[in-house]
This record gives sequence, structure tokens and C-alpha cells, in this order.
Amino acid sequence: MMLIPCPHCGPRNETEFAYGGQAHVSHPEDPHALDDAAWARYLFYRENPKGLFAERWVHSAGCRRWFNAVRNTVTYEVQSVEPIGPRPPGGRPAESTTSEGGHA
Amino acid sequence: MAVPPPEHPDFLWRNPEPKSSYDVVIVGGGGHGLTTAYYLAAHHGITNVAVVERGWLAGGNMARNTAIIRSNYLWDESAAIYEQSLKLWEQLPEELDYDFLFSQRGVLNLAHTLGDVRESRRRVEANRLNGVDAEWLSPEEVQDVCPIINTGDDIRYPIMGATYQPRAGIAKHDHVAWALARRCDELGVDLIQNCEVTGFLKDGNRVVGVETTQGRIHAGKVGLAAAGHSSQVAEMAGVRLPIQSHPLQALVSELFEPVHPTVVMSNHVHVYVSQAHKGELVLGAGIDQYVGYGQRGGFHVIEDQMAAAVELFPMFGRAHVLRTWGGVVDTTLDASPIISKTPVDQLYVNCGWGTGGFKGTPASGMTFAHTIAHDEPHPLNVPFSLERFETGFLIDEHGAAGVAH
Repeated sequence: MMLIPCPHCGPRNETEFAYGGQAHVSHPEDPHALDDAAWARYLFYRENPKGLFAERWVHSAGCRRWFNAVRNTVTYEVQSVEPIGPRPPGGRPAESTTSEGGHA
Repeated sequence: MAVPPPEHPDFLWRNPEPKSSYDVVIVGGGGHGLTTAYYLAAHHGITNVAVVERGWLAGGNMARNTAIIRSNYLWDESAAIYEQSLKLWEQLPEELDYDFLFSQRGVLNLAHTLGDVRESRRRVEANRLNGVDAEWLSPEEVQDVCPIINTGDDIRYPIMGATYQPRAGIAKHDHVAWALARRCDELGVDLIQNCEVTGFLKDGNRVVGVETTQGRIHAGKVGLAAAGHSSQVAEMAGVRLPIQSHPLQALVSELFEPVHPTVVMSNHVHVYVSQAHKGELVLGAGIDQYVGYGQRGGFHVIEDQMAAAVELFPMFGRAHVLRTWGGVVDTTLDASPIISKTPVDQLYVNCGWGTGGFKGTPASGMTFAHTIAHDEPHPLNVPFSLERFETGFLIDEHGAAGVAH
């Protein structure tokens, strides 16, 4: 069981959380401009890295708020969390955030 | 104790050095890679084939599954390929001249809610229309098939009936791999272990070989069968796959006298259990919810599984967990596999089997070998193309595939 540091509540058991997959996947600004291949990318294609992954979690059994985390998909270690918000400058998980940071 | 497994010779295959070039290189020496090589060599006459495996043969999900075989899928496309797979399972022991303990002891898929009952009965009718053996059983009939199951109404989710596929069953998964490896080797296929692919050689948009930890290997065609690591491997060739890799766990108890005569699966309370030939109870858990490559998952998933198993089988309350383990499964959003050509010429991909790849092993290899040999899919895997995510012709098997494979 992972210990996940909710940015609002502090560290809690994984069983209190639900997973939301890859973070920072935005709805297309102009859906009509997308062809089928682009729609497929938006709907079905997600990053699947072996290593650091920027992903969303929701603290379902706690504050019920969504947040972003950067977690290592091999060691399962949560490197950083931040309240939900726009993609940080730079964009790569390794340099994205710290638990003190955020955009609140 | 139950049936002892057959004896084996000391060696079943050579361990050759890789040649500088092959007609076909298969990446991944698990069940799907081995069957692909077998069908290429035995049915398409393509014997200049290498299977490159970064670890040891059949040491990934082929060694970690719960060995359940069935074909009672809902949609026509899935029923066709999984039923073909079951038919191949029925003939492979003789074809490979190897008794891998394929035991057609049937599978019960339990229904615990009115919604389950409606969906299950619908699936039985759909199965019958597709020539898949299936029947709907009342709780009393469930008890007849599996006397140790609790069909009383004193549990949280009483059993309201079940679908039953008598031809379903289990096989001894490592023996299946050995049977395939031995025959591949006899047919001239090079099985190369400890050989990790680190890159691809391309000529324009055509793949012409692989870079490996044992050097450069030229190839006329390359087939990927890398299961949980499919997206990493494909990415090196410039191909993106709609795959998410998750941990999936299973466990066994200590050995018991035979008590459990069939395979029982329940999507609703989330458990699937059979008893292996040696006597251990084999239970599969659900996937952990997050992307993970650690070949391990959370113990709370195991606990949930055990709670469900003990409620359905009160006698299992005295059993002990002997061992738990995890694998990495490659899931797609429609819970169906991808057996397909790719945007790169002469590069083919077989992945996305998610939590249910073992039962599909023979048909996976048969259709993938056809796809590679002819540069076009077999009729059975036409629907399982990469393009379906763009055309929208998804094969949504979350009901029949669901948690329980």
C-alpha cells in the first residue's frame, strides 16, 4: 500500500484515493479542427512511462479534491504533489513540481 | 496428493548465439512470442526466426498468470478469436506431443445481482449463437457443479446463478511454454535469452533489424510481443500504442487434496479461483489502479480478494497464503488486444491482452504469425487492429473480460 501525501490533508493510505491517470490532458480547444487520428490521440493514447509520471489522484475518502502527483512507476514512490492547476513551466515530470510548490 | 506433473528431460532447447540476420525476429519470449514463432515455423514454413527475450524464457506474465482458459466472450469478434484459441488448446497437446495438463474442468461465472443475471443470460445466448458452449445455471445447479461453494443467502452478495462453459479449464502454464520452446527449437527457431532490444534499425520507414545487448541483428520483419513493456519497445521504433501498464497480482495457498472441481470467477465480488493439479488453490486479484512496472501491487488488493474467496468458499477460511506475486499487464481502453500492422513497414505488434492473455496464447500466435508472414491480418484479427482507435470500431469487452480473466 502506498502512502500518498495529499496536498490538502497530508499523508494518507492509498485506499483513500482513486486514480485519475495522466495529468494535464486538456480537452481540445477546437474539437472540430481535429481529424480522427487526433481524436484517437486525445481519447485513447496516454503516456505510459517506466519512471516518473505526472498523474492525477482524487482523495475520495478525505477532502474529495483532485490533485496532481509525480510518481515513479517502478518504485511507486511519490516524488511530489501539488493542487490541481495548469501544467507547470517546463512540463517534464522530473522538473515539474515540489510538494511545497504549486499554483494555488 | 493430486496428479504429479510429468517428468522432463534436462534440456528442451539449445541456447544459441544470435546470428547476424533472420527472416523474422520476435521480440519477447513469453507465450505469445513462442506461439508466434511456432506457427511461423510449423504452418508458414518460415524457420529462419529468432525469439529475443530480455530475461529468461516465459518468465514474465507467462509464469505469473492463473492459467485459466475459456472463450465465453460477449462480442462476435472476441468470441471468434477466443473460441479459435480454445480449439487450438484442445489440439496442441497432441500437435506438440507434450502433455501440459490441459484440463477442461469448466468455468462458472457467478451472478450476484439482477444486473449480473441479465448480462450473464445475454452472454449465454450470444455465446450459443457464436458456437461457444454456454449454459445458464440456477444456484442449485451451481452447487451441483461445485459442491464447496456457498449458495446460501446469508452472505453479502448471494449467488443468483452462473454462466457455465464446460469446455473451459486450466493448463500448466510453464509446461505450455516448454512444449512450445522445444518444438520451436526442433523446427530451427533460435531462442535467445538475456537479449534485450535497445533500439531498431530502420531504412526509411521500414524496419530492418534490432539493436540488442547481444549485438545488432538484421531482420526482414520484426514482431513485438512484449506484453507489459510493449509501449517502451514500440516507442524505440517510433510507434505509439494506446496501452496502460498496470500491476496484476495472484496468489496460491499451500497444497490440498482435490476439493475444487472447476474454475469459479466472480466479477461482482471480484475473485477467481481454481485448484492446480499439484493441489494449491490459485487465486487471481484485480489490477492495481495506477500505472506500474514494479511487478508488485498493494496488499489491500490481495486482502479484498481473500475476503471474497472466503465468503464464497467458507472452507478456504482455514487455508494459508503460501505465495503472492505480481506481473505487469498491458491494458487497452476497450479491454481487447491489438494484433496489427503498424505505421512502420515490416514491424508488427501484438499487445494489449491485459489481464487475459494466457487463454489467448494459441490464437494470438496463430493470427500474429499469419499477419507477419502475409503482411496482412488473418480474418480473426482484422478487427483487432491499431486503426480501431481511430475508426471507433472498438470491441468493448469490459463485461466479459472485466476484472476476471
